[in-house]
Amino acid sequence: MTGVRSRQEKVFEAMAHAVLILLTVLAVAPFLLMLSGSLTDNATLTRYGYQFWPKVFSMEAYEYIIREWAQIGNAYFITIAVTAAGTVLSLFLVSTASFALSQKEVPGLNVVFVLILITLLFNGGAVSSYIIYTNLFHIKNTIWALLIPNLMLNGFNLILVRNYMMHSIPEELQSAAEIDGAGVFKIYLKIILPLSKPIMATVGLLTALGYWNDWTNGLYFITDSNLYSVQLLLNKMNENIQYLASHSELGAVQQSLPGTSIRMAIAVVGILPVLIIYPFFQKYFAQGITMGAVKG
Amino acid sequence: MSKAIVKQKKKIRWKKVIPVYLMLLPAMIYFLINNYLPMYGITIAFRKLDYKLGILRSPFNGLENFKFLFASGNLGPILRNTILYNLVFMVIGTVLPITVAILFNEIRNKWAKKTYQTMILVPHLMSMVIVSYLVFAFLSADTGFINKSIIEPLTGNTISFYQEKKYWPFILTFVHQWKGIGFSMVLYLSTILGISIEYYEAAKVDGATKWQQIRHVTLPLLKPTVITMLILSISKICMSDFGLFYQVPKNSGTLYSVTQTIDTYVYNALMNQNNIAMSSAASVLQAIVGFILIIAANAFIRKTSKENAIF
Repeated sequence: MTGVRSRQEKVFEAMAHAVLILLTVLAVAPFLLMLSGSLTDNATLTRYGYQFWPKVFSMEAYEYIIREWAQIGNAYFITIAVTAAGTVLSLFLVSTASFALSQKEVPGLNVVFVLILITLLFNGGAVSSYIIYTNLFHIKNTIWALLIPNLMLNGFNLILVRNYMMHSIPEELQSAAEIDGAGVFKIYLKIILPLSKPIMATVGLLTALGYWNDWTNGLYFITDSNLYSVQLLLNKMNENIQYLASHSELGAVQQSLPGTSIRMAIAVVGILPVLIIYPFFQKYFAQGITMGAVKG
Repeated sequence: MSKAIVKQKKKIRWKKVIPVYLMLLPAMIYFLINNYLPMYGITIAFRKLDYKLGILRSPFNGLENFKFLFASGNLGPILRNTILYNLVFMVIGTVLPITVAILFNEIRNKWAKKTYQTMILVPHLMSMVIVSYLVFAFLSADTGFINKSIIEPLTGNTISFYQEKKYWPFILTFVHQWKGIGFSMVLYLSTILGISIEYYEAAKVDGATKWQQIRHVTLPLLKPTVITMLILSISKICMSDFGLFYQVPKNSGTLYSVTQTIDTYVYNALMNQNNIAMSSAASVLQAIVGFILIIAANAFIRKTSKENAIF
């Protein structure tokens, strides 16, 4: 690998840098436009449009968010609560079931495995899912609607974790513990779960991101504005730009509403936690992608 | 008889089996609720709705709902959009990420590599609601960057992107690639990183240029991954990214003829027109075609490269 690199190789690497710098700029620029928009005085924004640097700097939009924290804070709280609860429940379901499926000498697990596989190949579609959840479980306008449908568990993650438990944790650890008289629950809690940390981190992170970003469950099941998550609030404002102005509590102040920059500011506040956390967990995200590719 | 049972009982270690079953229970209950009951819900597509009896108890009417859907003339355009977009996404979504992955692999500077990868994965982390805000900041007729800072100063006019159909096939394709390129790049990169360095060294000894190394080493070794990914995409050709087609064009009615796919049609028919018959027929049709295609795709992969088969 050492030795003089040819001119051709150097040209090639320069080209690679050029392309990747371009892609990096393309990936980041829209966020800068959004951030700049949220920091621009609203009158200037409506006059000159979105720009990459605020022509007239203003914190008005963020001051508004702080003033109206009752509503926006509630959406934030819903998002955080649902993400936390959903991720914990999801990890519980995934780890227990994967552990059970990775056990040997238990009859019937093949059948269970096939039942899980079927969920990956076939689904009832959006309409029947909607009808079942609304007509049978009456989930509409309850917090369960944000927590349960589709996001909590999928067969794909389950198989991923099970494969990890079967192939990356030495079997001897479990058999040794069994000989020492450890029960199934103890082995799960004390041996397998601690050793599954990397895969649980990856699956947990992807699940948390799924909850944080979800707006489809709310779109189908939530009309009560007290249950809006951040994404749902943004979606509702999208559906009706006049939403803030027409919203009953805010009706009085609609004249002074810096609408456009506020929407961008709420969006910024909505993605900030993801952007702050992401660099630290970048490794797990990349891992999640490649693991998804080989799918065990 | 009783002897046989005793014998079997001895073989099964209930002390282990019962806790294992207990641990499976929560997940299986979830699948029952979230996956299996909706499978039963497919029968809705074969029923004549009678609200007095309730949706799940309405009488069957055979294929009437499907005939209705076919006769409505709605199916043609949405099927065309769904399939054409998927085909375009498949071609660009293969060529572009592979090109980037190959280039990326040539970069020596570790810090630069990490920065690039981190940055181009950011769009992948965003919800489509956020993406639609970003797109709006560029395309809005009154305040969009493209109109206000580029088109207006140059021509004096503005383009109402959200009213004009002709731009949307390009916008949607661009947004889809923008959001997905980091993900696909990392995916192909993992295959490239798995290629033994010896192949390249041998090629170099033979005097192969960089292009020749790519053409004769990298690309052929990427082929199995590419084929698997393409077959998987083909099996999902009737599915679409609901968020992309719903949020990014802001569900604008004037754009439907170029933006509506099966998934957005099903949503609009169900939630906005309350047309359960049509929407369930379209949704079930999609599920069944999807199922047939994925079984066929898997059978094909099993034949060509067994280790890549899904089941």
